[in-house]
Amino acid sequence: MSARRIFARPARHAAIAPYLWMVLFFLVPFGFVLKISLSQTAIAQPPYTPVFDFTEGRTALAAAFAQLSFDNFRLLLQDNLYILSYLRSLVVAVTSTLILLLIGYPIAYGMARLPQRWQAVAMMLVIVPFWTSFLIRIYAWINILQHDGLLNQMLLALHIVSAPVVWLSTDSAMYLGIVYSYLPFMILPLYATLSKMDAALLEAAGDLGASPLKAFWLVTFPLSLPGVGAGALLCFIPIVGEFVIPDLLAGSNSLMIGQTLWLEFFTNKDWPVASAAAVALLLLLVPPLVLYDRLQRRQLESNR
Amino acid sequence: MPLLRIEGVAKSFGNFRAVDQLSLDIRAGEFFALLGPSGCGKTTLLRMLAGFETPDEGRILLGGSDIAQVLPHERPVNMMFQNYALFPHLSVRDNIAFGLKRAGMARKDIATRVAEMVALVKLEGLEKRKPDQLSGGQRQRVALARSLARRPQVLLLDEPLAALDKKLRESTQGELMELQRRLGTTFIIVTHDQEEAMTMAGRIGVMDAGRLVQVATPRNLYEAPASRWIAEFVGDINLFNGQVAARDHGRLTVSTKEAGTLAVSELWPPVTKEVVSVAIRPEKVKLSRRAPASDEAGSRAINRLEGVVADVNYLGGVTSYRVKLETGAVVRASMANTARLDVDAYLAGQRVVAWFTADDCLVLEQ
Repeated sequence: MSARRIFARPARHAAIAPYLWMVLFFLVPFGFVLKISLSQTAIAQPPYTPVFDFTEGRTALAAAFAQLSFDNFRLLLQDNLYILSYLRSLVVAVTSTLILLLIGYPIAYGMARLPQRWQAVAMMLVIVPFWTSFLIRIYAWINILQHDGLLNQMLLALHIVSAPVVWLSTDSAMYLGIVYSYLPFMILPLYATLSKMDAALLEAAGDLGASPLKAFWLVTFPLSLPGVGAGALLCFIPIVGEFVIPDLLAGSNSLMIGQTLWLEFFTNKDWPVASAAAVALLLLLVPPLVLYDRLQRRQLESNR
Repeated sequence: MPLLRIEGVAKSFGNFRAVDQLSLDIRAGEFFALLGPSGCGKTTLLRMLAGFETPDEGRILLGGSDIAQVLPHERPVNMMFQNYALFPHLSVRDNIAFGLKRAGMARKDIATRVAEMVALVKLEGLEKRKPDQLSGGQRQRVALARSLARRPQVLLLDEPLAALDKKLRESTQGELMELQRRLGTTFIIVTHDQEEAMTMAGRIGVMDAGRLVQVATPRNLYEAPASRWIAEFVGDINLFNGQVAARDHGRLTVSTKEAGTLAVSELWPPVTKEVVSVAIRPEKVKLSRRAPASDEAGSRAINRLEGVVADVNYLGGVTSYRVKLETGAVVRASMANTARLDVDAYLAGQRVVAWFTADDCLVLEQ
């Protein structure tokens, strides 16, 4: 028997696996959410109507189908609570991504220029926080930032402030938490592109009369843009939907869309509106995702 | 005063002495080649000329002023990199214009100069392409145009043809020489390919272990190598170790274990040691079925070595023979195939006499 015949079938099956995964764990659940978003709230179990019952025949199913409406999406547009939440999510995500870029780029650049054996150590240091649960690390920040926490104790001891400063439940605390949590996701793709950069290109730039600073702006930076894009989107997309960090570290006067969603779902028990909010969030995130995909493809092509 | 004077330059990396007390003068308009095996320090020397490395000792004088400590972007010297180092995000035009923009040239002049360079390296019509849309040969031309655009006093070329295939390499060699003659720019090329160095350069500096072991024209380098190491490094050569037996008016008699007693004409300066090697290039060894009559070479002494043809390699233009002597030593001989039907070809196993004149031999210290 030829080797080809032995390996061909399992190989073809393996190629289906990612699609199967997508259908099973993304497309099917998304179908459920989409359906619920078109339903109405009800005091029932489950808390919405209509419920499709495939045992009652075709006419009943058609009647149930006719009950579906876009009312919830209309509500999202009418009540500015939702629009404000979306806007806040976008503002927080954009601001955080910019801060991450400003902090992450120099770190990644520094890492890429370390001697080879130190690069592995630096990489380790970036990854080490992942060994502690994300939630525990955020709770640790609460401890540090609270009224009699580590930060205020230190500031008081150093006589920088005379009375404890309110850190917790502020936007600063939230940004601190977000930047702290997402920094590795910004550093790693940046480091990946910067460390692959050919040192001869910088020498060529210098040889042709560019000062080191000019060479950085004209050569290193433009060539690292795919990494900047990857890092920015890798941070931006999950930050838009972030729930835990704003909930634990930010004040309660303005909510991000993740928090609003949680409220609708668990407190108001309004599954249809929560679902509509989730669907809208997804649609909002599709353009940056497509952009990310294209950037990645271009990077793959340029690496050939 | 030469254009470029390298004076006692040394450079170490840790304990490794890459370039060791090297001095060299290069004249304006010269095509100079630095030749040597890998790790001999030739690239380090070139990088010091470009400014990417700073010498630990010594001076580098360009037009009389010391540039050893001058940063690369402030030197009137440009380099063509081994793998071209073209900016992948810039078009051919922008790659060539890069150095001109840094020099603060007016936009109109840049356009003129770029067009001139594009024409010079025959890249018309490809100005908007990115480097990854070009062939290897085209990329090489862009790199050349980019490094020449600023009209440097000295152009440094680091193995510029190493990435090209043989045919393209040969035609590019010719183009580079033509270009150099036309522009009059001083070219310093680093290569490990002796044929390339001999084809293109007016003078060759051979480097070994961080030192310059000989600076000579291609012909002198080949016909009068300064040492046994150079003789073996440049081209093919037969070597017989022996002792000077007699010395008479520039004629040495050397007795060797492998090839008996050999008569050799002495070069200047004369060898001072008694233990020497007799060297003879394969193309200067003639083969014949019978020993040539002693009067054939007139008064010139002829060395005759009898042996059996061990193997024959037909290479098109030449045929190379390995002749095994009775002592077990092997003499290599190569003969040009001047006729299509060669009645003089020898076969393996045939008894032959390998002979050469005293003038064609070299005597080298071991």
